Amino acid sequence: MTHHDRSLNGSPLMSSPSFQQLTLNGLWKNNPALVQLLGLCPLLAVTASTVNALGLAAATLFVLIVSNTAVSVIRTIVSDTIRLPVFVMIIAAAVTVTELLMQAYSYELYQILGIFLPLITTNCIILGRADAFARKNAVPVALYDGFIMGVGFGAVLVLLGAIRELLGTGALFADMQLLFGPSAAAWRWQVFAVDYPFLVAILPPGAFLVTGCLIALKNQIDTSLERRAQAKAAAPVAGSKRVRVTGSIS
Amino acid sequence: MSLLRVTSPHVSGQHQVSAVMRDVLFATLPGIIILTWFFGPGTLINILLGALVALITEYAVTALRGQNPRIAVSDLSILVTSTLLCIALPPYAPWWLIVLGVIMAVLLGKHVFGGLGYNPFNPAMVGYVVLLISFPVQMSSWATPRGLAEVPGLLDTLRHLFLPDTIDGVTAATPLDLLRQNTGLLFKDLIASRPELTGWGGVGWFEVNLAFLAGGAWLLYRRIFTWHAPLAMLAALGLCALIGYDGGSSESGGSALFHLFSGATMFAAFFIITDPVSSAVSNKGRLIFGALIGLLIYLIRTLGNYPDAVAFAVLILNFCAPFIDHYTQPAVYGTRSND
Repeated sequence: MTHHDRSLNGSPLMSSPSFQQLTLNGLWKNNPALVQLLGLCPLLAVTASTVNALGLAAATLFVLIVSNTAVSVIRTIVSDTIRLPVFVMIIAAAVTVTELLMQAYSYELYQILGIFLPLITTNCIILGRADAFARKNAVPVALYDGFIMGVGFGAVLVLLGAIRELLGTGALFADMQLLFGPSAAAWRWQVFAVDYPFLVAILPPGAFLVTGCLIALKNQIDTSLERRAQAKAAAPVAGSKRVRVTGSIS
Repeated sequence: MSLLRVTSPHVSGQHQVSAVMRDVLFATLPGIIILTWFFGPGTLINILLGALVALITEYAVTALRGQNPRIAVSDLSILVTSTLLCIALPPYAPWWLIVLGVIMAVLLGKHVFGGLGYNPFNPAMVGYVVLLISFPVQMSSWATPRGLAEVPGLLDTLRHLFLPDTIDGVTAATPLDLLRQNTGLLFKDLIASRPELTGWGGVGWFEVNLAFLAGGAWLLYRRIFTWHAPLAMLAALGLCALIGYDGGSSESGGSALFHLFSGATMFAAFFIITDPVSSAVSNKGRLIFGALIGLLIYLIRTLGNYPDAVAFAVLILNFCAPFIDHYTQPAVYGTRSND
């Protein structure tokens, strides 16, 4: 990438972030689902059960890795003006591959996920990472970013699916054979017996409710962590004139 | 001594929140008494259990939010929410249904949005809809009215509340259900064929609606709310029913009187859509708000699949209330309209 390119982005010359930073970003600080609130459509639509969530999470993860890597590889060749169509073509190709793979190896799940598989193409996380990160960073870093962002998104997806399945049916990991073959049929775990399922958890409103609760929980954890850090940082400073001006306090 | 500086008009405010809420609670009494007379003590038990749960939840939530829980509980608003919800719940509902509904109303209907005065949706209806879409079977089994079956006593009611399997509930289809399930009978013949349907709104229902109408009229007299929203709703519902009556054919949507005096019509008109927080603000806005609710109630009752249409109609219009307000904002005194 030339110096000219960088100045266009408005960002100063910066070294690529460390893997540790990337991990923290993808999984927590900048989690695509809980903080960036990207890709909410599939997040809300297919998380009625753990297996659906897991299927879509895996598909999104795969597409993210492929698209981030490919975009990073061609980042010096493609000019800024036509970059978005090029990125979308790459993503669409990756999605097509995923779709065909799922059709071949887990046909039933492919049918359940339905339109949400092709719609991965329009998932903002993928184009967002390609445009905001992959086109500015070297291949290994971009690949790892795609991986960890996919894991961060997938983790929320699976957690949401598990909570909704548990609330709605009292069971976990039902129908895992759709993804892991016939032997996984026995994975279903009836956590508690439900005479009357709490249907709203499985219906669309439940997706909004549980997502909202998860976001609130994350913010609450962040706030209390910050408070604890402040309390910790404030104590030794008392009486000392040294002020820390660089780095982050953890 | 009050040191607050206030501008005119210096009217002493009788309309404190707790006073308004107390009046609303009083006004529900006739309806509750008639409901208890016709359907047994089920509703009464619902209300008591609901009130207990509501107070505990409100106390806990406000304490967690760093507010003063005593003040929050003492304004009685939470009791109004739980009472309105529990009146709408079927008598002899299992205890967990009531507990869950009230908790949902307090948490999802009220505190998620910031508490009293900030809720865009009617909290009681939020609780009702959560229950309705989660537990349609329990929510659509209403008790049989007095005169058609023996009304359970207090002891049976309590036993049914906590051990629902020990006795069979005496449930029946409500008049609105019967009308919707009608296939092929003329409206006149349908009324004649079912003993539940005698009278204008069905056995018991007519009297219940009259009682809520009386309570609502008293609230109007006390100027707790204005006449605009209730009247517009009743007029719209009546008009729609007149148009859809279809001469009483087998496709008839039911007579206007039937729609006005059956189900939750009067309860909704005077106790639900008059919620000052979630309804439209201006008088013109309230006319539109009420009329659209009336229209939606008729449409959902005749075309939908739910036991009654009030909750959905109210929630949808709660959602529209800010838009209605935007287009019906009264001109400030002294200004000229631009158009």
